[in-house]
Amino acid sequence: MKEIEINSTTLNFGPQHPAAHGVLRLVVELDGEVVERAEPHIGLLHRGTEKLIEYKTYLQAVPYFDRLDYVSPMCQEHAFALATEKLLNIEVPLRAQYIRVIFAEITRILNHLLNIPAYAADIGAVTPFLWCFEEREKLLEFHEGVSGARFHAAYFRPGGVHQDMPKGMEEKLYKHFDSLPKFFDDLEELLTNNRILRQRSVDIGVLTKQEAIDWGCTGPILRSAGVAWDLRRSQPYDVYNKVDFEVPVGKKGDCFDRYLIRIEEMRQSIEIIKQCLNQIRPGEIAIDDNKITPPKRNDMKKSMEALIHHFKLFTEGYRVPEGETYFAVEAPKGEFGVFLVSDGSSKPYRCKIRAPGFAHLQTLDHLSKGHMMADIAAILGSLDIVFGEVDR
Amino acid sequence: MNKIIDIKEIISKESNINLNFYENDKYLGILVKNKNDLFSIIKFLRDSEKLLFNQLIDITAIDYPSRELRFDIVYLLLSLTLNQRILIKTSINEIDNLESITSIHKSSNWYERECYDLFGINFINHPDLRRIMTDYNFEGHPLRKDFPLTGHNEVRYDNSEKKVIYEKVKLSQEYRNFDYSSPWEGLENQLIGDEKAKKEN
Repeated sequence: MKEIEINSTTLNFGPQHPAAHGVLRLVVELDGEVVERAEPHIGLLHRGTEKLIEYKTYLQAVPYFDRLDYVSPMCQEHAFALATEKLLNIEVPLRAQYIRVIFAEITRILNHLLNIPAYAADIGAVTPFLWCFEEREKLLEFHEGVSGARFHAAYFRPGGVHQDMPKGMEEKLYKHFDSLPKFFDDLEELLTNNRILRQRSVDIGVLTKQEAIDWGCTGPILRSAGVAWDLRRSQPYDVYNKVDFEVPVGKKGDCFDRYLIRIEEMRQSIEIIKQCLNQIRPGEIAIDDNKITPPKRNDMKKSMEALIHHFKLFTEGYRVPEGETYFAVEAPKGEFGVFLVSDGSSKPYRCKIRAPGFAHLQTLDHLSKGHMMADIAAILGSLDIVFGEVDR
Repeated sequence: MNKIIDIKEIISKESNINLNFYENDKYLGILVKNKNDLFSIIKFLRDSEKLLFNQLIDITAIDYPSRELRFDIVYLLLSLTLNQRILIKTSINEIDNLESITSIHKSSNWYERECYDLFGINFINHPDLRRIMTDYNFEGHPLRKDFPLTGHNEVRYDNSEKKVIYEKVKLSQEYRNFDYSSPWEGLENQLIGDEKAKKEN
């Protein structure tokens, strides 16, 4: 009888695993401890967001966007709001645009403040988690102050933002972001030159320029591979063309580069926020059209028309002219796009959500081939996967 | 955005495919009449040195159940060098197959799987056409307009059997889809009998 030697082991990683960053089931084929194939099974968090949005008015669709990538909620609302505004053919007041940019950047810092310690925790460091969560908590207070909710804000709405910043918020923001870079210095001291972090991330999961483009990578992952591409710079929306910032670009495209880029992006975000706070002026925070944005509470007490507008707006919603559009924003994880098709009614006919994480997770098989099993955790962490947006 | 016209010229001159263009201020739209041309136009856009539309952003579909060619399938391409987007659209019917573009853009693998899963569009020459979003052993294609919002099956943990079981969806109340459209705005305010008056005129 012929003896057959089978060397490969098939291993199930997840769906319940702390390093899987949510509900990822990974079927890994191993030769010893070397990964031969890693096949992600996704969809365990599929909630049918796109289908649900087809049955909701444009305003009711906003909260679904918070629940996609739940660590960077406002950036996604931003994409939807901008796409809807494009179809409605309206431009929001300047103050609203500044508020949106400020909060989109706060969200970016929030996202990176979760990703960096989570990545560090995956490869062995626990302290950054505690440090960063303290800072996140402070930033979430701004979210709460402005929208009433820490995470699911539903703050950026087609036509502007929900409400103005409370009095004194601007000074508070300025003071906070003046002192925040100090925290990043401390964080970097803990991580950047740490021997374990370097050993676990330098030259791990290398993505070349061409591969990054081929695999549809965007955001920090594309930039880490050496492509200077940032939608805030190349296709600016809202007031991003009025602020000055730098786009960090990596050289090697390994996990360590992706970590460094995220750190630098946070510093740049602070610069953007400060410039916005210097430029922002008092004014309207939503367009003055009661067919799209609700009338002021005060008017509703006195004016019959305002009351009718309010009622119609929250039952029927507003009608969006027939058409289609694709609007992409630079979300913390990469290009987050909304492809919106309207049939002229008050509900979207089709709303396709282009999530950066979906494309990034697809590269996992390619990135982990030939690495050790333990490196999968590092690669996953550096790709910044959140299942809310991958599974939609 | 003044480059759109140049791109149009290059495409219509150098690719020998019958195309219709439409413009949108975010991207250039291309309508492909014959679905068999899709593969070659996407390949041309990637390889042409003047264009370099080398990043595939997304593939998606739109369902129009009342049309004979039921699905509009949409490819979104991005050129990092020109800073331009192109949207390619073609219509197919329910039983049509599409040529997979996995050999041109690696990233199309999952995008096509998603289209197959949610719309039931078949891609030929795809290396691994399986469901991706929905449950194992799922039936139906959720994003088709004729698929009910509530779905067909629901899942619960059965304590007596000590396992998760699938059951037909039981609704204590029908899904209510209210028509809020206002009679005084947007709709043509036509009373019964009005059409006769128009005819006489």
